[in-house]
Amino acid sequence: MEIKILGTGCPNCKTLEKIVRKVVAENNIDAKITMVQDIMAIMSYQVMTTPALVINEKVMVKGRVPKRDEILNLLTAQP
Amino acid sequence: MFDWIQYLADLLVFKVFGLEKGSYLAEALNFFIYDTVKILILLIIIILLMGIVNSYFPIERVKNYLSRKKLYGFEYLMASLFGTVTPFCSCSSVPLFIGFVSGGIPLGVTFAFLITSPLVNEVAIGLFAGLFGIKTTIIYVLSGVLLGTVSGMILQTFRLEKYLSPWVKDILANAQKDQEAFIQEKQPFKQRWPVIVNEALKIIKGILPYLLAGIAVGGLMHGYVPEGFFQKFMSKENWFAVPASTILAVPMYSNASGILPVVQVLVAKGVPLGTAIAFMMGVVGLSLPEAMLLKKVMTWKLIAIFFGTVTVCIIISGYLFNYIL
Repeated sequence: MEIKILGTGCPNCKTLEKIVRKVVAENNIDAKITMVQDIMAIMSYQVMTTPALVINEKVMVKGRVPKRDEILNLLTAQP
Repeated sequence: MFDWIQYLADLLVFKVFGLEKGSYLAEALNFFIYDTVKILILLIIIILLMGIVNSYFPIERVKNYLSRKKLYGFEYLMASLFGTVTPFCSCSSVPLFIGFVSGGIPLGVTFAFLITSPLVNEVAIGLFAGLFGIKTTIIYVLSGVLLGTVSGMILQTFRLEKYLSPWVKDILANAQKDQEAFIQEKQPFKQRWPVIVNEALKIIKGILPYLLAGIAVGGLMHGYVPEGFFQKFMSKENWFAVPASTILAVPMYSNASGILPVVQVLVAKGVPLGTAIAFMMGVVGLSLPEAMLLKKVMTWKLIAIFFGTVTVCIIISGYLFNYIL
């Protein structure tokens, strides 16, 4: 699974990264996590609010930091 | 409405701390406790309210609406009004800017949004309400919306598209009116609420040290600076005061919550309100960090034109207020 976190480096983006890494590690999810900080790359996903969580190239969450349960649900719901 | 806070402050200062009524320390401490409690309560209420609005605010749909509809000039006012309800996290301003541009929304309309968004934000409104009262707050919000609208209209007439960064120009060339909407998030309020509260607490925590320092300085000045002290060199007749305080204010930002309590005391001691509002708008609306972020999408020339126009509009509104109020 490919997880991308879009954000220009604001505090919330870092919080989201931390939570995602924790959820992935705790549940032994096989995923590659990348931070996307380049504004041009972020805009290619057409998000207008950051941070955004992208799973397998699909924007799942944007403009807020979801709770751990929600992230876990999103990750385990992936095929 | 806030009588009980005064009661609380009196109780703490005179009964619990046992300070003598009328002594300088007692009065300053009383002022500090009263102001802090009142401002914090108002801040929390307003930040929570804005958080709720925000959580439900469909920014993509607004963007599509602005790009689709013919609004005959009202689009500037609309964009400016939308700016008041969106949060100002400076990190979101660039994605929002690009989102608007890629939706084919005119640059002037985008600017109207970009100006009002930081100018009328939850922290500024909360502080204004706590320090100056509701009437002044409404004046501030209305003038902020108007300022964004007018500045956006002026900027549109300059035809500034050529000063965008090259990659933004490419986006502009491929702008599409209606873009595919995102999966609409359906979340019950029960799930949104803790996130909103968390966010509010984070904001309060971030500004609290500045706020306390500001109120403390304000409290001390309240006792020391004589009534009408500033009237001598910052009166309405002194034409230079408004531009000077605006220009002084532009580079300041992060400490806005520390500056406002001091400004309130300045107003109490004779600085005209228009001059103070112009100063506050300069502090909140335009900042160096914002300029650095905008550099990614604009050339320095465009940033200079943008900041210059807004500064001039702020100065004019400062004069206007001094004249009216």
